[in-house]
Amino acid sequence: MNEYAELLNHELSRADVRTLAAALRAGDLSSFELTQHFLKRIEQQQSRLNTFITIDVEGALAAAKSADIKIRNGEAQPLTGIPWVCKDVFCTSGLRTTCGSRMLSGFVAPYESTATSRIRASGAVMLGKTNMDEFAMGSSNENSFFGPVANPWDLSRVPGGSSGGSAAAVAAGQAPLATGTDTGGSIRQPASFCGVVGLKPTYGRVSRYGMIAFASSLDQGGVFARSVEDCSTLFATMAGFDPLDSTSAAREDDWLDALRNGVPPSSPSPLRLGMPRQYFNGLRGDAEECLEAARKTLESLGHTVTEVDLPHSRPAIPAYYVISGAEASANLSRFDGVRYGRRAEDAVDLRTLYVQSRTDGFGTEVKRRILTGTYALSVGYYEAYYQKAQRIRRLIQQDFLTAFADVDVLLAPTTPGPAFRREELTHDPVAMYQQDIYTTPVSLAGLPAMTLPCGFIEGLPYGMQLIAPHFREDLLLSLGVHFQQSTDWHRQTADAAVLS
Amino acid sequence: MSSINIDHLCALAALKLTAAERELVQGDLANIINMIDSMQAVTTDGVVPMANPLDMQQRLRADKIIEQVDRAALQQITTHTHDGYYVVPRFVE
Repeated sequence: MNEYAELLNHELSRADVRTLAAALRAGDLSSFELTQHFLKRIEQQQSRLNTFITIDVEGALAAAKSADIKIRNGEAQPLTGIPWVCKDVFCTSGLRTTCGSRMLSGFVAPYESTATSRIRASGAVMLGKTNMDEFAMGSSNENSFFGPVANPWDLSRVPGGSSGGSAAAVAAGQAPLATGTDTGGSIRQPASFCGVVGLKPTYGRVSRYGMIAFASSLDQGGVFARSVEDCSTLFATMAGFDPLDSTSAAREDDWLDALRNGVPPSSPSPLRLGMPRQYFNGLRGDAEECLEAARKTLESLGHTVTEVDLPHSRPAIPAYYVISGAEASANLSRFDGVRYGRRAEDAVDLRTLYVQSRTDGFGTEVKRRILTGTYALSVGYYEAYYQKAQRIRRLIQQDFLTAFADVDVLLAPTTPGPAFRREELTHDPVAMYQQDIYTTPVSLAGLPAMTLPCGFIEGLPYGMQLIAPHFREDLLLSLGVHFQQSTDWHRQTADAAVLS
Repeated sequence: MSSINIDHLCALAALKLTAAERELVQGDLANIINMIDSMQAVTTDGVVPMANPLDMQQRLRADKIIEQVDRAALQQITTHTHDGYYVVPRFVE
């Protein structure tokens, strides 16, 4: 690649959505050319990063052609012609949806999820389906039937999980935007590990219709981008009430409509920020330094910071693994080899068909979670485990509500440290689960939270977590934009490692 | 910690483990349940269990047919059908 071509490749791969959209509207670039550019980059990096399960070349180029026509006709919306990638947990009509599992390795959904349907309707161009931990169960993307994803910053390290393919794709410049899902941290943790922005909206904000269920009272669709502003447009496009999801929140907000129309989040008036004392007890020194620097930046922007208490943070991990396991064991009972998914061919009776199909189709971590959930729900243990976890869940939410009486937004770590090495924690599931210590409380409480880069540890990106009251994603986005106007952590790139 | 009957759990979950998997999973489950048991130290007397973070109520709708299911389209994703029915091994003699 000559110097000019390399520069062009870099610039296009790192350009923000606003810049790309302006170039498309001005006719400097077509969506078809842009799509070809990203597809080529994905193809070049796939053997090293393994970010994709399915690359949809034909579909993407067709969508790009349609987008170009809309742009020429003056019918473009903010995301028309902009490439994006989709976590393979969202059902896409006519394009296989695997959920990272052998169980669904040949599954083509007969319908489209609401979230992806809305993004496609905006004219954005889907490039393919990204790799993920099987059924979204994992914190390292090492549980995929389609192999692990590498972290673009250091190929020997994990990208985080379960939305590791989406986070790594954005970090590697394979697309400016990606969807993900977050049940206990599956957007925020990989965002921190890969140095990108990850937004987990309020539970009920983004429709779960067509999003393959892991734990239904926790699952929430969200987005990845390199900047908060880019994040806001995709989020608003996906979000909103959906009658097809019985847990969809029946509310709209004016600011959401403005974001949908491409109006960027405005800088907020001075906010009261709270740092949860319990989240910093025992946090490694270099992570604390990153957060301390972020705190100083936010204070310099006029925001005030105080300490707050979240006294029930410690039992969040056990409560989360009981509730999510219980819901997973119920949700995944639908995979029986009869109507869809992997089917054992040589089963001689119905029971064997069920057992063999599930045994062959699920990987080890999924089986572990199903068995944990089955245990928690079994006769004699229901009150001691499941009900106990649900009571703790309420205490955790109450802690947050109490804190939000005094502060507007919480500033916290996302992860205990930067990305760990591949296979470092696979032998110890409990140690792996502890990675979610700062993300599961937010999930249990159903709150919106956003991770954004705030520093580097040992040459690896590290992200802070901003947490807001229910349905106040606007606070997160405004504060995030404000922070990114004064810092350049989000502009750091992982190119050197990926392209070497 | 409560004892774990792994065979019973597998039967309930319709899963089968090889001998090697069984040993591994038994150990992992013991550790996981040990971790989960730490919840018991939290006082939760009088706390109402929370099933939904927004304490939502089931949304109701009029009792009208609003959607027609296209059986043929849905059955295209499996090859084991016959005359609109799903085919499974015989289970009634």
